[in-house]
Amino acid sequence: MTALAACPACTAAPSAAQTARDASGEVLHLSLPGISCAACIAGVEGTLAGVPGVRAARVNLGRRRVRVVTEPGTGAAPALAALETAGFEAHELDTSALDSGNDDPGRALLARIAVAGFAMMNVMALSVAVWSGATAATEAMFHWISAAIALPALAFAAVPFFASAVSALRAGRVNMDVPIALAIFLASVTSLHETVYGAGADTWFDAALSLTFFLLAGRYLDHRARATARSAAAELTALEMPRATLLDGAARRTVAVADIVPGDRIALSAGARAPVDGVAEDGGVLDRSALTGESALVRIAAGEPVCAGETVMDAPLTLRATARAEDSALRRLAALVEVAETGRHRYSGIADRAARLYAPLVHGLAAIAFAGWYTATGDVHLAIGIATAVLIITCPCALGLAVPAVTASVTGRLFRSGVLLKSETALERLADVDCILLDKTGTLTQGTPQLPELSDDAAGVALALARASDHPVSRAIAAALEGRAAADVTHIGEVPGEGVSGQWRGAPVSLARGPLGTELALHGHITPLPMTETLRPGAEAMAAALIAAGYEVRMLSGDRPEAAGALARRLGITRVHAAMRPEDKAALVEELGAAGRRVLMVGDGLNDTAALAAAHVSLAPASALDAARVASDGLLLASDLMTIPQTLRASRGALRRIRQNLGIAAGYNAIAIPIALVGLASPLAAALAMSLSSVTVVMNAVRR
Amino acid sequence: MNILIVLIPVSVCLGALGLVACIWTLRHGQYEDLEGDAARVLLDDDDRPDGKRHGPAQTSKPD
Repeated sequence: MTALAACPACTAAPSAAQTARDASGEVLHLSLPGISCAACIAGVEGTLAGVPGVRAARVNLGRRRVRVVTEPGTGAAPALAALETAGFEAHELDTSALDSGNDDPGRALLARIAVAGFAMMNVMALSVAVWSGATAATEAMFHWISAAIALPALAFAAVPFFASAVSALRAGRVNMDVPIALAIFLASVTSLHETVYGAGADTWFDAALSLTFFLLAGRYLDHRARATARSAAAELTALEMPRATLLDGAARRTVAVADIVPGDRIALSAGARAPVDGVAEDGGVLDRSALTGESALVRIAAGEPVCAGETVMDAPLTLRATARAEDSALRRLAALVEVAETGRHRYSGIADRAARLYAPLVHGLAAIAFAGWYTATGDVHLAIGIATAVLIITCPCALGLAVPAVTASVTGRLFRSGVLLKSETALERLADVDCILLDKTGTLTQGTPQLPELSDDAAGVALALARASDHPVSRAIAAALEGRAAADVTHIGEVPGEGVSGQWRGAPVSLARGPLGTELALHGHITPLPMTETLRPGAEAMAAALIAAGYEVRMLSGDRPEAAGALARRLGITRVHAAMRPEDKAALVEELGAAGRRVLMVGDGLNDTAALAAAHVSLAPASALDAARVASDGLLLASDLMTIPQTLRASRGALRRIRQNLGIAAGYNAIAIPIALVGLASPLAAALAMSLSSVTVVMNAVRR
Repeated sequence: MNILIVLIPVSVCLGALGLVACIWTLRHGQYEDLEGDAARVLLDDDDRPDGKRHGPAQTSKPD
């Protein structure tokens, strides 16, 4: 970020100006998923202007968001209520989870493009005069003016290429930026030499600038596509406006999680997630799977530590905070991102692979040209001139655009259909996929499982027994029976792995595993309790489309084999891995990866996180838990699962288009290199070839 | 060719003016919401439901 400090696009303190204006007010961000047009902007801003306590409101249509400045202490409630009444769906966003909303790298890139464009146009105009035959004093003066414009402009605009080339060389690698940086540097130095000594050869200021301009445009396209996806992903996190119940003496207050300070006492109901790290004030049962991946529940005593993200099971618990939310959450997220990233750093995109092939070739050719011309003529000056021409004319202007232009256009199209790709190489990795692992619960299915209709007595007894147990099935039954009255069952005892039994109206009752799955025994009569799950929309069509497209589709589930098998048969999936623990899922992914399969993992739960991170590429539905969203490469915003085959198809199309573009760029080079080698390349020819090839690859990338 | 002494500085200055204008728009966040700005052109400030006349006066800087 140090490079940004000198950037004219960044105001000295952009937030300071904003803060001054909003000094006396509070800033809120509301998400407006439904807005789409000018009338909506007018409606939302008009509605908010009429709300007492709201000082200013500005809609950002691109981000589907409104920024509201309110009187201190007003809160979001009045604004939300007014929008609700006016018919706009609105949700409060957690401002701390949003990036400040300023796209600083994007603005810096735009500023560099502007500078390079300005300098390019002026130098081109001067070059046209030189090409059309200006001589002697005029030519020298034009060269001096060009140098005065080009050198400072290059020093500012080409910084990203130099920085990237230097860091690649330091790491002992060669990337696309090495030949680019070398060409820009050599062109500037030899042109400056020509200008100073008037040696009569060509100057290349215009070529160096147009190279910089086109490549910066490619960078910006790439950046913009991913910034949009990342900001939408950040918004998903911000939507879960975290609140906690603070115990203030005898009173209970609801506070934002970000406001909790160490020493606060927080009440956690059963099923709630600990918002911050702390110490339990009384004993309880915790689900630690968020952190350990271990699905077994842990019993803790009073005074034992609880980490943020752990879920309280069974009974309510009072937590004494020992850390602030950002300290707790950051550590957890950092660890998860690390897990997710380690496997991915090894993957190099097609652009890098092309660069690895291309850079030595170009540098070799330039060296050969120098050596050949030097031995033939003995003229160092001429030999350097020819070598520079080779470097510039072969410089990967089109290569630099070939990949970003395609990924930006396809990522943008996928974003509009509800698929967010967060990782830059996700599209290419999706195109490699040959095996798809689908998590059952939460990915193929949604919502709470349904139980068959039960009489009030049966439901009451089942609920009372289920509540007494921490077993996942019991918890699911208790959740499905939420709202029914529990019966007064006594003498409840649990045999781990078997079931729960008790006494009701003097007769023994039990909820236990039996030949028909989970069975409720009541009055000596046995009622099976099969849990049926609702499929997500498009699940059947998706499975059929994937199988028809030749992918190997497997289903993963932590559930019983019978339940998983039944659902798989409905979907036509033949390979089912049931009763999988989190580490089994990750192990299966690694095993398939080691066997050379390219695995796409689709999952949503904490138990899928390790598998999502280990897979070649991974997707998570938007309803997934935070950890799963962080670990995956992309998010499916649309609830329709048909977006998965569509994404795979789009990614294969994109890879084909990238290869075409690389072919076009290579074709141009095949023609240009011999011309440059024999010393016939003029700056005019370089300018034409560069513009033509760049425009061709961009057109090829954006056509449907 | 003496006219060049005037014309070249003039052309460079005009270009620089364009660059300064472009950077000014950048610093004022005019590229933050291109979709919204395209739609805002269609808004008639006099018809605002709140009856206030000038839209920008009661809106804040975009983020």
